Amino acid sequence: MSRAALLVLADGRFPAGGHAHSGGAEPAVTAGRIKDAATLERFCRGRLHTAGLVAAGLAAAAAAGADPLLLDDAADARTPVPALRQVARRLGRQMMRAARATWPSDALDALAAARPRGAHQPIVLGLAARSAGLTPLDAAYAVAYENISGPATAAVRLLSLDPFDATAVLAHLAADLDRVAAQGAEAAARVATEGVDALPAASAPLLDITAEQHAAWPVRLFAS
Amino acid sequence: MHLDHELDEMFPERHTHSAAVPKRPDGTRRALRIGLGGPVGTGKTATVAALCRALRDELSIAVVTNDIYTREDAEFLLREAVLPAERIQAVETGACPHTAIRDDISANLEAVEDLEEAVGPLDLILVESGGDNLTATFSKGLVDFQIFVIDVAGGDDIPRKGGPGVTSADLLVINKTDLAPYVGVDLEGMARDAKAQRGELPVAFTALKKENGVKPVSDWVRTKLADWTAGPA
Repeated sequence: MSRAALLVLADGRFPAGGHAHSGGAEPAVTAGRIKDAATLERFCRGRLHTAGLVAAGLAAAAAAGADPLLLDDAADARTPVPALRQVARRLGRQMMRAARATWPSDALDALAAARPRGAHQPIVLGLAARSAGLTPLDAAYAVAYENISGPATAAVRLLSLDPFDATAVLAHLAADLDRVAAQGAEAAARVATEGVDALPAASAPLLDITAEQHAAWPVRLFAS
Repeated sequence: MHLDHELDEMFPERHTHSAAVPKRPDGTRRALRIGLGGPVGTGKTATVAALCRALRDELSIAVVTNDIYTREDAEFLLREAVLPAERIQAVETGACPHTAIRDDISANLEAVEDLEEAVGPLDLILVESGGDNLTATFSKGLVDFQIFVIDVAGGDDIPRKGGPGVTSADLLVINKTDLAPYVGVDLEGMARDAKAQRGELPVAFTALKKENGVKPVSDWVRTKLADWTAGPA
């Protein structure tokens, strides 16, 4: 295995479609809930410990070799609103395209064939990590980091926020990231014996509600 | 060297619907993909609409639009009824139109794949960029050829200034020539500057508001398509 593969996978420039999504930051900016670095940090911390934790568990479980189709159902069960299910599958399909070109494997081919319209993105990312020879914890880190780096980048564009401040927000959340990635990987390790119910099922109702509303906006900068 | 070889075996090339692969999975030659880029308001969408009208009776065409923050371009094409709705797909670009056509083309490749699945086999897919700056170019992984559209009203110094779009596009379109007398623009000077920047690469002067105004562009597309179709299967 090569630890450097984790840098490739977690790079914000990895071409898997993330740049067009704000992770709920756009409606939060419009509603005035994100207006500066401090409020961005609160938003990201909340997102990380809810949606981020769920995604970390799913990605780690896929990287550990759990059945991706069972995980895909588990992801649906943990994603109550249609708008976010659709986003997760669209991003999963884009991640699949990039992953098959960078770290091709039979497991990725099989999932692509079983879910041609896309599996949930954290599962595809976890499987990509597995194909690259990375560990479940690595996959959890990549997904959890992306979970907050997306909104932070979007806030820079939406608010003209100082990019140094936005990056400092991510650095402040490093200890939280460590915790969430470890929790995700620990839960994933129990899937083999306890099934997918061992995975975290935290939710962020406001993110769900605003994602549904945002999907209906006629004019918006980000796809979600 | 030895290690490289092992990595090649471990990670063989897979199908990504990239423009690098000229064939469909079934082995037939896929649709020709042409990108249209250029600054805001120069007539990219109008060129796409005119191309569709000029070519739709002889070719199976689809369009991918990349709007910056609305679905205006896709809706314009629908309103003008240049193609049936199922032949037009809008891609959302997250405030960065050039990223979606150059650095991360995954959403555009997905749109191309979906169109080919839904209404294919297609002969021609036009990928229109959102209005952007003079440096915006398409990835070769997304399109086979690119057209860069500027207009005379944007200033006759743009060809002289150059930039990747002006210098390297397979066709440079200078639109709204009918406005030249009103904005004090010297078309011959623009042609000279473009020639200096582009060498042998072609330049088309158009006035899309006029009858058959898109002809220089549609003729170029027909030539490219004939070459493409004649290429090795």
